[in-house]
Amino acid sequence: MTIDKKFIGMRSEPFSADVEKGRLRLFAKAIGETDPIYFDEAAAQAAGHRSLLMPPTFLFCLEMESPDPYAWFREIGIPLPRALHGGQSFNYHKPAFAGDVMTFNSEIVDIYDKKNGALEFVVQDVFITNQTSDPVADFRRTIAIRNA
Amino acid sequence: MATPKFSSINVDDEIPPLNMPPMTRHALAIYCGASGDHNPLHVDSDFAKDAGLDDVIAHGMLIMAYMGRSLTQWVPQHAIRSFDTRFQAMTCIGDEITARGKIVEKFTEGDDNCVRVEIAASDQTGEVKAVGSAVVELS
Repeated sequence: MTIDKKFIGMRSEPFSADVEKGRLRLFAKAIGETDPIYFDEAAAQAAGHRSLLMPPTFLFCLEMESPDPYAWFREIGIPLPRALHGGQSFNYHKPAFAGDVMTFNSEIVDIYDKKNGALEFVVQDVFITNQTSDPVADFRRTIAIRNA
Repeated sequence: MATPKFSSINVDDEIPPLNMPPMTRHALAIYCGASGDHNPLHVDSDFAKDAGLDDVIAHGMLIMAYMGRSLTQWVPQHAIRSFDTRFQAMTCIGDEITARGKIVEKFTEGDDNCVRVEIAASDQTGEVKAVGSAVVELS
């Protein structure tokens, strides 16, 4: 066991990030998106949206906007080369669009190991609200660390 | 495509699959920039080899994004209540990912009609890279 369980409950400093139109367009390109509501403002508005719709997994990416997204890895001792993304879940509360501002609050909720420590897992919950403090979504990420 | 109706959906129905072209370093580089996930494991072969891998591997979240596209090409995004994925195998350069979803449950929660969709992303050999599920609300 290399990750100390004392880090369960550790919260990260809240931070905010803009949902930028250009970034959403680039993201749409990166995932091969073909539905124009995700990259064409006119199409988004024609579909009744106030701007480009933020796609389902983008919040995970926006969270990487924090000044040093892997700082907490170092803080609790996760070695980046041995870290893999084990799982990811989202619960959605309200849609978000280009021009919105997301605020992220994170907490480590579990640390455990499997196969006698050959694999370690760190679970982090992230709560996201918009500029009017309405919950947009929350997500849970599980990081797996290969020790063997 | 018309939004499917709860009454016309049945357990074991499949949603339209999403087929992606072979994974390239170029695709990973664009996703690296677009996602903000600059972990070198996905774009720097030297780093990947030092980490004990044969080569760079795709971001798990890129595979989940494909799985998400298989949902949003089937229903409007606001219908998706939750979406989760477990990553099971690494996606390598050249892998052709297909995301397939199937209805596994129909249920009613209060006044809301929902279906649970199981989604799997697999490659050209059938190796499953990620499995997930989504709860989708339908009228």
